[in-house]
Amino acid sequence: MDPAAAAAAEEEGREKPPVIYTMENKPIVTCAGDQNLFTSLYPTLSQQLPREPMEWRRSYGRAPKMIHLESNFVQFKEELLPKEGNKALLTFPFLHIYWTECCDTEVYKTTVKDDITKWQNVLKAHNSADWLIVVVESDAKKKNKTNILPRTSIVDKIRNDFCNKQSDRCVVLSDPLKDSSRSQESWNAFLTKLRTLLLMSFTKNLGKFEDDMRTLREKRTEPGWSFCEYFMVQEELAFVFEMLQQFEDALVQYDELDALFSQYVVNFGAGDGANWLTFFCQPVRSWNGLILRKPIDMEKRELIQNQEATLLDLRSYLFSRQCTLLIFLQRPWEVSQRALELLHNCVQELKLLEVSVPPGALDCWVFLSCLEVLQRIEGCCDRAQIDANVSHTVGLWSYATEKLKSLGYLCGLVSEKGPNSEDLNRTVDLLAGLGAERPETANASQSPYKKLKEALSSVEAFEKHYLDLSHATIEMYTNIGRIRSAKLVGKDLAEFYMRKKGPQKAEVYLQGALKTYLAEGWALLVTHTRKQLAECQKHLGQIENYLQTSSLLAGDNHLSEDERKSFCQEILDFANQQAENEGQKVTLPMHSFAQLKTLHFDPPNAVVHVGGKLCIELTLLSQMPIPVRLDQIAIHVHFSIEKNSYRKTAEWLTKHKTSNGVISFPNEVAGFPLSKNNLPALELYEMYERSPSDNSLNTAGIICKNVHMLLRRQESSSSLDIPSGLTLEDGAHVLKCNNLILEPGVNKITFSTQAKEPGTYTLRQLCTSVGKVQFVLLHIYPIVQYDVYSQEPQLKVEPMTDSLLAGIPQKVRFTVTTGHYSMKNGDTLQLSNADAMPILYHPESKAVIYSNTREKISESLLRIQSSEKITSISLPVAPAYHVIEFELEVMYLPSATESAVEKENTINKEVHRKKREKQKQDNCMATVDQKVTIDCPWSIYSTIIALTFCLPFNAKHSLLSAGKRKYVQVCVQNLSELCFQLSNNSLKNFAECTDLQLVPLNLESQQVIYSKQSIFFVWELKWTKEHPLSLQCLFSVSFRPATSEEQSFTLKPFTYEFQVENFFTLYHVKTEIFPPLGAEYCKTGSLCSLEVSITRLADLSEVDRDEALTESDGYCTTKLMYEVVDNSSNWAVCGKSSGVISMPVAARATHKVHMEVMPLFAGYLPFPDVRLFKYLPHHSAHSMQLDADSWIENDNLSVDKNVDDQADSSSIRSRGSLHSAASGEHKGLPMPRLQSFSSGQVFNCSTGMQILVIPSKDDHVLEVNIT
Amino acid sequence: QNYPLYIRSVPTENELKFHYTVHTSLDVVDEKISALGKALVDQRELYLGLLYPTEDYKVYGYVTNSKVKFVMVVDSSNTALRDNEIRSMFRKLHNSYTDIMCNPFYNPGDRIHSRAFDNMVNSMMMQVC
Repeated sequence: MDPAAAAAAEEEGREKPPVIYTMENKPIVTCAGDQNLFTSLYPTLSQQLPREPMEWRRSYGRAPKMIHLESNFVQFKEELLPKEGNKALLTFPFLHIYWTECCDTEVYKTTVKDDITKWQNVLKAHNSADWLIVVVESDAKKKNKTNILPRTSIVDKIRNDFCNKQSDRCVVLSDPLKDSSRSQESWNAFLTKLRTLLLMSFTKNLGKFEDDMRTLREKRTEPGWSFCEYFMVQEELAFVFEMLQQFEDALVQYDELDALFSQYVVNFGAGDGANWLTFFCQPVRSWNGLILRKPIDMEKRELIQNQEATLLDLRSYLFSRQCTLLIFLQRPWEVSQRALELLHNCVQELKLLEVSVPPGALDCWVFLSCLEVLQRIEGCCDRAQIDANVSHTVGLWSYATEKLKSLGYLCGLVSEKGPNSEDLNRTVDLLAGLGAERPETANASQSPYKKLKEALSSVEAFEKHYLDLSHATIEMYTNIGRIRSAKLVGKDLAEFYMRKKGPQKAEVYLQGALKTYLAEGWALLVTHTRKQLAECQKHLGQIENYLQTSSLLAGDNHLSEDERKSFCQEILDFANQQAENEGQKVTLPMHSFAQLKTLHFDPPNAVVHVGGKLCIELTLLSQMPIPVRLDQIAIHVHFSIEKNSYRKTAEWLTKHKTSNGVISFPNEVAGFPLSKNNLPALELYEMYERSPSDNSLNTAGIICKNVHMLLRRQESSSSLDIPSGLTLEDGAHVLKCNNLILEPGVNKITFSTQAKEPGTYTLRQLCTSVGKVQFVLLHIYPIVQYDVYSQEPQLKVEPMTDSLLAGIPQKVRFTVTTGHYSMKNGDTLQLSNADAMPILYHPESKAVIYSNTREKISESLLRIQSSEKITSISLPVAPAYHVIEFELEVMYLPSATESAVEKENTINKEVHRKKREKQKQDNCMATVDQKVTIDCPWSIYSTIIALTFCLPFNAKHSLLSAGKRKYVQVCVQNLSELCFQLSNNSLKNFAECTDLQLVPLNLESQQVIYSKQSIFFVWELKWTKEHPLSLQCLFSVSFRPATSEEQSFTLKPFTYEFQVENFFTLYHVKTEIFPPLGAEYCKTGSLCSLEVSITRLADLSEVDRDEALTESDGYCTTKLMYEVVDNSSNWAVCGKSSGVISMPVAARATHKVHMEVMPLFAGYLPFPDVRLFKYLPHHSAHSMQLDADSWIENDNLSVDKNVDDQADSSSIRSRGSLHSAASGEHKGLPMPRLQSFSSGQVFNCSTGMQILVIPSKDDHVLEVNIT
Repeated sequence: QNYPLYIRSVPTENELKFHYTVHTSLDVVDEKISALGKALVDQRELYLGLLYPTEDYKVYGYVTNSKVKFVMVVDSSNTALRDNEIRSMFRKLHNSYTDIMCNPFYNPGDRIHSRAFDNMVNSMMMQVC
């Protein structure tokens, strides 16, 4: 834009500023020709034109838009046409219309044509192609003139003359002032044409303008390019869009300008400066804020136009335009958002461009601007809308508050004394920079300008305004849920109050903020806020709170060492004040002061006996930066007695509580969300409920003793830092440590105590006192307990091995638990002697003394004195709650001498009884209980102790026969785990018969018998005269453990007594099997004959005298029953397999029985068994009551002759008697009895014999199944 | 929920102010999450964009699907950082954080003391400044 043109435009602007620069702007359309005609049509035209929208197709791919067109119709003047190079768009006539009513050819030819030609020439001269000729026709006129040409001719002429190629540039409007359909139609056609042409003109002219503008923009790198000029050009475009109601497009123009300028500033910051920009860097002299009340701030616009605007001016103007457009677009919230960005941006840009700004000037500008924006928004929205969109405006509120605060600090309005002269000067300067209030607001009661001026005028006014703003901001933040932001503003407010010496008001805000930071674990913020709070509390004189905060700060590692020390010193100073008011101790929680890390018990199992010494070592991590002298540190202990609980007995405690004695406490991480740790620890206890009748357990459970603490509602966490119940429990039981120095870091403190009453002691609280200050740890968690027990003295005697073996020396351990009794010199254990169990005494045996925790204390020789009845053992001197242990050897003698007959008998009985029981389970040893009575020094009562011994051996005997020869076998079984050496075995018969000899067949005199194994001894019986009826035998064998080398004492031999009766062989049984006649071998399936011959070996003797014996004619016979049994199913016995025979009682009497057997298998088959029984009649009073059938059948067997006779005679006799028997008592058919012979009486010489059976030839049947 | 896992600022002298800024920005993060959360939980854009500008700093936010929040405060004058750079920085942070979470010795919720993470943040800050 050359200066001349600029001046011209300026001139124009000045000419009719109100027309151009208000929203009344409309595109200009000039009218030439018949002015009267136009004036008559104007009202209809201006009314009709905007009625219907028109689609505007845009260049550059912009979306088409529907717009309502309006126009400002002005009379055509040549001056209106823009000169070459004039960029003004608003004054640009977009369309030129020529109006004519001419219908007379003559008139047309003479005047109108010339007029139009002139008009056209002017237009052409100005390169304007946007024109229209309107020919208005009316019937009225037609009628008046008779000699008229056809009406079209005029129009045709005009078209011919002027519109050589654009016939549409001429329109006809018929009867415009009549209300007829024809006129309406013609109007519509005209209006459409007009709109179309207007739009065409817009498109063309704006397109051209935009092209020019772009060209101008491309020149921006050239020297001499001016942003302001370009600004004015683009703004022109914006104005046109605004004029066309295209606010969106208008806004885009401003946004582009905004972005262009920002980019320049950024580039300038990067060192790429544009010359014109330096102009904007002039120092800021005016800071009167944004002006948003006027659509266009002409003052600022002029400054820009004159290239005199500062950065703030430009920005302000730009924003005011954007704001206006946004409000037109119904987007007030974007205004607020952009405003905040703008303000931040301006501050940044001024910084970036290094523009010199007086201190506070920007603050003023920002403050005023914020309020201006807010008021502007309030002006165009209703209350409800504003409330619903607080989130958009709150930023501005907060920013304004912030700026006012900094202004207040700057101008000394916040200090206690008020502003000094320097401050006042500064205030005056700032106010001067505001300039005079603008006329628009001068009469309003409230304006940003007035507010700022008032606020800066006095301390009181500032306070009022600042508080108003702050409270409003906090409320807004709170309402939209931005709690953290609200707290931050609150903290600023607190700072303000602190400056104003109003700590009581500040405290609320600080506490609130602190709570939030604590809950969310922001350590640094917590520290900072606490520091402020500490100062506040100090001013308020809240000693307890102050000390607590101080202690927290002293232990806060986010602070510097010096700060921590000073806070620590604060506490110590207070603590060491001379206590004027006695007894008023300040109690603070411990965790800030020191942390309990570990606790260590000595003894480690935390169990002591009454009177014992217990040490507790605490590890405290001091948080303080300097060593602190503690007057006292105390552990409060809760004492409880739990009786009837096995878990609390000495025995259980000493055995089971085997922790390592170190209890670790969970780490509280400083700065971590305290809400986690804030809950009191669970205090859980076991609970048992027993039934009152039989003391059996009914219920078991866990009780939480501090439910009320845990289930409390969390909102009461206002006591987050000040636990309400910092009360010390009063208890009689306190462990104390006095006068120690707590170094920073880890400290170990040892408490020691003498246990008094038995029971459970729970450590509940830890309390450290420093002068007047106490630090208390309310709950020690996890639960720490120690137990004190008392114990009765006790004696225990137990075998060293699993079981005591009788007959050999065995070790027995004596355990004396001293309990509360202390062993004095001369205290003895007195054992009553039992002959069956002597106590063996080794002079070198020792007693060992242990502590209750099984630590070996000392060893001493054991002195044992034995008198006839009593063995007394002198116990070594031992203190209470110790254990004395020693071993003794005892030996139980199973078979005692005569002196202990009585006892032995009882024992033997016991042995037998047990034997019987145990024999079923074969390997169990017989046991004997031996009781010992012991007198203990601590009791007047005797202790009776039973020791159980096991017999290591078990013996069995058996009789073996070989024909008539007899052998006795004794089997000795070792049941124990040990090996023994056996020697000197002997078997003696002490029955009356003397001619009996026992000939030992045992070779070795010494034999080793291993564990769980047996040894057999065999003797042959020999006799000369007659058969002895029975034998009374005593087996004895000496034994000693195979391992023991020397035989230091004599051991009683093992004895076994038994009796053997009826051992002589009476019958000899022989079985033979013969193959069928003619065959060489037995064959399967073919019958073989079995012959059993039973031979009597002895004459009548005592053993035969029984019921079966019958005597007749000097012959004695007895009845025997035989039975052939084949258990292995090798043979099938054909016919009867058993029978009764009558056997003469005489030596060499033989009875033979035949029967048929059939082998079932081939191979060597063992013979079937033949068993022999004595056949006794049912009752001696009756005669034989035999099964008649079997009797008869037996007769059929072939027997030896004399046997036959006997049998016959007896059978006859029995038959004869059978009648009477059968007739007499036939009721029950009483069965006869069978009596087996004792083992030696029958000798079966065929036992174990086998016979070869060959398979029969024809049963080679092979079955083949094919499936 | 809103306790800091990791805070680092360069330069350190204004650390307190940064802490306050970050803490306050959580308000806006919460607001944005609750506004977004209703709409699309699954396909939510993790990057929250500019939380709010202050005079001196720009605060950007990023929230993982498990509601772990990342907040970045950048000097306003640093115009080299556009949205895309911020976005990629957040993505880098997120990846690094995921690596930490994969460490079996890291307890979710503990403060982060990872050298790898430190180095990553350092290098990112070095790049920017």
